[in-house]
Amino acid sequence: MPYSPLLVNPMREELSTAGFEELTTADSVDAWMNNKEGTALLVINSVCGCAAGMARPGVRMAVEHSMRPDRLATVFAGQDVEATARARGHMADVPPSSPSMAMFKDGELVFFLPRHRIEGRAAEDVASELRESFEEHCATGSNG
Amino acid sequence: MGTFHDNKHALHGITVVVETDGGETLVGRCDDMDDTRVILLDADVHQATEDGPSKEDYLARASRFGVWPKHRRLVVARSNVTAVRRLGELSS
Repeated sequence: MPYSPLLVNPMREELSTAGFEELTTADSVDAWMNNKEGTALLVINSVCGCAAGMARPGVRMAVEHSMRPDRLATVFAGQDVEATARARGHMADVPPSSPSMAMFKDGELVFFLPRHRIEGRAAEDVASELRESFEEHCATGSNG
Repeated sequence: MGTFHDNKHALHGITVVVETDGGETLVGRCDDMDDTRVILLDADVHQATEDGPSKEDYLARASRFGVWPKHRRLVVARSNVTAVRRLGELSS
């Protein structure tokens, strides 16, 4: 059962205020995923306290980097159920994991940070791993 | 380490690898653990077979992507457990 918006909205806003487009329907996920040009980061947000609490601040730090994906979006696992299922459908070989982060380049999954690699880590460590991926896959920044 | 539940083990909420004396390797989210049992949620079980992936290959993929949850809840007798470690520790 989804959590109360009173609890979840601040968790959504942590990402939306950092420039992430919220994808709340299957159609919006398809539209976002079907734009295959360039680099794109999809964050599967979650209420989970032991991982998401560090995931969101880590993501926010990472996207402050001068080199970052062209497009940023998020779905919320357990809240936007249809959208999350559709997003996972676009990564059919990857087991469900939330929170998690997936980066695509020209429509191909090039980096995935699953929940177990976020659990127990500091936000700075999550940000550092994301930034390494940005540097590897994002040829030019779009942080302007 | 995990979430702050006073009545749960410190690994509560953390994805762990559980190895057993029977050769099974389990990966799942630790719900709780004590002297008698380990409780895993959303778990998968690997048993080495001639035509399946080796334990090393299974864990290498698990550490990269996670596992497909085949069992909503699994309880393993602690007496059969030879090791418990965080899956995240295996990540490169």
